[in-house]
Amino acid sequence: MRNAKKTCLGKCCLGIESSADDFGVGIATFEGEILANKSDSYIPLEGGIHPREAARHHAEVADKVLGEALAKAGVKPSELSVVAFSQGPGLGPSLRTGATVARALASYLNIPLVGVNHSVAHIEIGKLKTGASDPVTLYASGGNTMVTAFESGRYRVFGETLDIALGNCLDVFGRSAGLKGKKGLPVGAAIEQLALKGTKLVTLPYVVKGMDLSLSGLLTAATTALQKGDCTLEDVCYSLQENAFSMVTEVTERALAHTEKKEVLLTGGVAANKRLQSMLAIIAQEHEAKFNVVPLEFATDNGAMIAWTGVLAFKHGLVTPLDESFVKLRWRVDKVDVPWIQ
Amino acid sequence: MDTIDAKLAKIKLLKMGAEACIFLSEDWYGRKAVIKMRIPKAYRPEALDEHIRRYRTVHEPQLMHEAKQAGVATPLIYMVNVPQATIVMEYVEGQQVKQLLNVAGKHERHALCIRIGESAARLHQHGLIHGDLTTSNIILNPEGKLYFVDFGLGEKNIELEAQGVDLHLLKRALQSTHFQLWEECFQSVLSGYTSILGIAQAEKVYEKIREIERRGRYVEERRQ
Repeated sequence: MRNAKKTCLGKCCLGIESSADDFGVGIATFEGEILANKSDSYIPLEGGIHPREAARHHAEVADKVLGEALAKAGVKPSELSVVAFSQGPGLGPSLRTGATVARALASYLNIPLVGVNHSVAHIEIGKLKTGASDPVTLYASGGNTMVTAFESGRYRVFGETLDIALGNCLDVFGRSAGLKGKKGLPVGAAIEQLALKGTKLVTLPYVVKGMDLSLSGLLTAATTALQKGDCTLEDVCYSLQENAFSMVTEVTERALAHTEKKEVLLTGGVAANKRLQSMLAIIAQEHEAKFNVVPLEFATDNGAMIAWTGVLAFKHGLVTPLDESFVKLRWRVDKVDVPWIQ
Repeated sequence: MDTIDAKLAKIKLLKMGAEACIFLSEDWYGRKAVIKMRIPKAYRPEALDEHIRRYRTVHEPQLMHEAKQAGVATPLIYMVNVPQATIVMEYVEGQQVKQLLNVAGKHERHALCIRIGESAARLHQHGLIHGDLTTSNIILNPEGKLYFVDFGLGEKNIELEAQGVDLHLLKRALQSTHFQLWEECFQSVLSGYTSILGIAQAEKVYEKIREIERRGRYVEERRQ
C-alpha cells in the first residue's frame, strides 16, 4: 500500500469553524495530515464581540476563506469526502453562519455532514499536534475555561469557571484599562507584555472552590485597583495574571493528582501566554507528567480542528443528518460521546 | 513549639495531592497520624504562595474543630505548625466513600448518601462551608462513623450562595467520578439534607444551586 500523498487522493474532510470571532476553514486527510488551515477574524471597532456583526463578517468572508483553503490544499470541492462544522458551543449568529455554509456545501456535493463539538475539537487537534494520547487538558480561551480528561467514553469536566472565562477576564480588564487589540496582537498579549514589567504583587481575590474557580470578582477587583490609581498598570497586569493563572494551575494540578494521568495539554487562545505555560510546565514536572502546549495556529479557534475531529467522528460512523444539524449554543463537552477513544 | 523534624524520618508518603502532601506516621508519640504538609508551590509568586498556604493551614484546623461542634466527625488535631504549613492529625481508619459508592448495593448507597446529606446540612446550619465536598474527602470508618476531611478550601459563611456552591460541587464530584450513579446518589444526598434543614430552608438552597448552574457557561437550562 502506498503512503497517502500530500493530496486528497485518499479521503479528506473540510471543517468549518465559526463559533465566535473567527471564521476558519481547515482541510484534513483521514490519516491526520492538515492540508490547509485558513481563517479570517472579525475585529470589533470597540468593545467585545458583537454577535450580529461577527456573523455578518463571517458571511462576507466565507467564500474567500473557503477558496483559500481549497487552493492551499490543492483540492477540488468534488474531491472532498466529508464536511464538518462547529455545531456548538458558541455565539448563535456566528455558529449559524458556519452551519449554513457547511449544509450548503454538503448538500451541493452530496457528501455527509458531521456536526462537531467545538471543545472536543480543541482537545483532539491538540492531541494530534503534540502527540499526547490521554492528557489532562486545560482549555482556556475567551469563551471557555475548563479542565477535562477522558473517562469512560467521554471527556469529563473536572473543573471549570463558575462565571467568566479566563480570556474574557483578561480582555475585559485590558479594554477597561484602555488597551486595544490589533490583528495578530490580542488584548491578552498586551497584558502579558505589561505584566513582564510589573514588580509589586497587588492583593487580589484568589477564588478556588473545590475543582472550580471564579474569576468575576478578580476582574472587578483588578479594575477597581487600577481606577483607584495607587498602583501602576504594569503591577495590576502582573498581579491579575499571577492570581488568575495560579488559580487555573491549582485546579489543573488537582485534576492531575486526582486522575493520575501522565500528560498535561494546554490549549485555547490563552495558551499563547508564556507565563501560563511556565506555571503548567512546573506542575506537570512535579507530577512526572509530560507537558504539551498546542502550537498557536491550532490553539486558537481554527478550521483544522473541526476537520480533524470530523474525520474521527466520521470514521466511527457518526454523521449529522440535515434535519439534526441545528446549532447547539450550550453544548457541553461532557455531553458528547467520543467513541474513537478506547 | 514541638519540632516535627525528629519524627519526619519515619513517615511515608500516602498521597501527593495538588494542594498538600499527605504523609502517614505509624508512631506519632504512640499514635498513627496523618501529616498534612502544604509544600511551597513553585508556580506561584512567593508572596501569594505563602499567604495561601498560611491561610489554609490556620483555617483548616479551626473549621475541623467547629465541624465537630456541629456534630460532624473530623479527625482530631494533634499539632499545627504554621511556619511549616503543617498539620498533624488523627489517622482515620476506613474507606473513602469514593471507593464505597461504586461497590455498595443500592440500599447501602442510599443510606450512605443520606448521611452525607445530613452532615452537609449540619455544617451549613452552623455557618460552615466545606469548600471541597467530594467523595474522596468523606471516609467511613469500620464502626460506621462518617468523617469529613480536608477542609483546606473551607470557610465560615452563612450565605445561601456559599451553601449552594458547596452542594453544587458535591453534585459535580458525583457526576465526574460516579457518572452511572450520580443522579440517584445526589437525590439521596438531598433528602438527607432536607431532613435536617427542613423543606423550606433546603428549597432555598436548591433554588440557589439552580441559579448557580444557570450562571455557568453552556448550560442548557440557562435563559437566552
